[in-house]
Amino acid sequence: MDKYVVLKKSDFNGFIKSLSKTQKVMAPVAKGNNNYAFEEVSSGEEISISHIPTILPPKKYFMPQRETILAFSKKEHEWKPILEKEPLVVFGIHTCDLEGIQLLNKVFTTPPQDTNYINRMNDITTIGLECNDYCDEYASCCVMNNHLPNSGYDLFFTELSNDFMVHILTEKGEKITGGTPLFSEAQSAHHKALEQLRSKKKELFKDEVVVQNNELKELFARTVHSAVWEDIQNRCVACGNCTNVCPTCYCFDIKDDINLDLNTGVRIRSWDSCQNETFAKVAGGENFREERGSRQRHRYMRKFNYSIGKFNKYFCTGCGRCSRTCMAKINLKETINSLAGEKK
Amino acid sequence: MTQALLTESGYATQTGKILHTEQMTKLEKFFEISLPGGKDLNHAPGQFVMVSIPGIGEAPISVSSSPTKKASFDLVVRNAGILTGAMHNLEEGDTVGIRGPFGRGIDTNLLKGKDILMVAGGCGFIPMRSLINYVLDNRDNFNSVHVLLGCKTPADRLFLHETANWEKRKDLDFQCTVDKGDAEWKGRVGLITKLIPDVSITPSSTYAVVIGPPIMYKFVIKELLNKNIPDNQIILSLERHMKCGVGKCGHCQINQKYCCQDGPVFTYDELKELNEAI
Repeated sequence: MDKYVVLKKSDFNGFIKSLSKTQKVMAPVAKGNNNYAFEEVSSGEEISISHIPTILPPKKYFMPQRETILAFSKKEHEWKPILEKEPLVVFGIHTCDLEGIQLLNKVFTTPPQDTNYINRMNDITTIGLECNDYCDEYASCCVMNNHLPNSGYDLFFTELSNDFMVHILTEKGEKITGGTPLFSEAQSAHHKALEQLRSKKKELFKDEVVVQNNELKELFARTVHSAVWEDIQNRCVACGNCTNVCPTCYCFDIKDDINLDLNTGVRIRSWDSCQNETFAKVAGGENFREERGSRQRHRYMRKFNYSIGKFNKYFCTGCGRCSRTCMAKINLKETINSLAGEKK
Repeated sequence: MTQALLTESGYATQTGKILHTEQMTKLEKFFEISLPGGKDLNHAPGQFVMVSIPGIGEAPISVSSSPTKKASFDLVVRNAGILTGAMHNLEEGDTVGIRGPFGRGIDTNLLKGKDILMVAGGCGFIPMRSLINYVLDNRDNFNSVHVLLGCKTPADRLFLHETANWEKRKDLDFQCTVDKGDAEWKGRVGLITKLIPDVSITPSSTYAVVIGPPIMYKFVIKELLNKNIPDNQIILSLERHMKCGVGKCGHCQINQKYCCQDGPVFTYDELKELNEAI
């Protein structure tokens, strides 16, 4: 499916209003101080069309911070798998985050498949939103090739002067645009405006680091013992913010919550971070990544090196969240440039 | 939420019944467990199961019995954490949750017709026992068989009735050494690495299997390489913290490998270039 329709900007509010009557709609909402968060909305007015990456990426809908996977009863010796899911429309996903979702989809659909994730994924409709401008100095979406839409959505919105140009990629998407008379056929003027916007973006979006995309894997392979990791070790406080906000970090912990009857309860999985000291520690006391520097290196390697071996993909989308949120000002672009400055 | 989908959950847990327990040392307790309907676990030596106690949690425990033992399987649990501590309070007739078996075990077909040199240190003896008993139950399939066992003290030795039998067998070279002896100990004292040079094997047709604490690997591998055993014939089982068992949660990751799926059994060949592996 490859079809374009348009939605008048003046109809956007009504579109979200009517959509939210039949389905739960999540979209970026301004939270002050240039912070944005995906939240449930019931009108277009609540949505921030122009936003830098939200505090948490939309991964929170695909793998919630806390998710029940089992219910148990001690007395009955019963273990019952639980699959939680909720039909959702997520509107306003930037291209960096669309890539993040596609990467997570890849992880959880790779055998052994994760039934809990797949069930949620199948019930979520994704509506992308183009970045017309460069968001801020932390982003590196251009070098990661995520500044333009690369699929992974049901609908994709681009803001033009009076309309949204809407790309329909899936039947799920077409059901939404076909379900209301607000969308009309895109005219040649719309296509032209879209083309102009995309070529203007070529001027605006430039590679953010001193190495090319295809050099990144090798760069990280040859700098495993670099002094850059020591410098990072001395600054990192192991708070785990970088992994929490990352659209492709998917590590989790599994814990039991027992009810006050001391009989029934649930098993939950919750986000975990490889930056936590005990993450790779075994019961015997051995810790395979005891130093903060080795844990940070592990995080970077999972984005730029190991992921190529495992999934043939970089797991950095260039969203810039890890650098934006770091209390110790560990900056992804600076790290890459520093590593690139090391002697070969 | 359909029934068909429910059974596909990777977290589906079966109820295992504890048939027998035995306190083996101060820290280690033995459990014989059966699955509903006496179903076979269908594991390979070196694989592990996720053991659950409702409300306490789940932990990876390696299987200690041979696949040739049907209808029930053995675990030996060292009291080292929350779940394992709680397991020590369980007795015959109690139940636990079981998921698995997980991971890549030891491919026993590879070992057929070969000299087998097994090197086990400390807790590593627990999963090694699965392979030892498998080999002994199919003894004709293998050439010479050597088992080297290293323990901290004589009091830390496990399965004494079995090892006493192994010592008597003519078709098995079983040697045990302790780091520190006691008044009654008449056996060897010293590191396990000292036993390796004198073992009589044909390196090119030998598979060495090493299971032990992380610190042991570097030194044992060095000795095995000195004996000219090829890299791809040195088999190691790595200890990592597995939370999910299905290659997702990230705790057991070594570079691009997930220990719970790609391992825990690896050849030295696969690991020697991996930073953080050994």
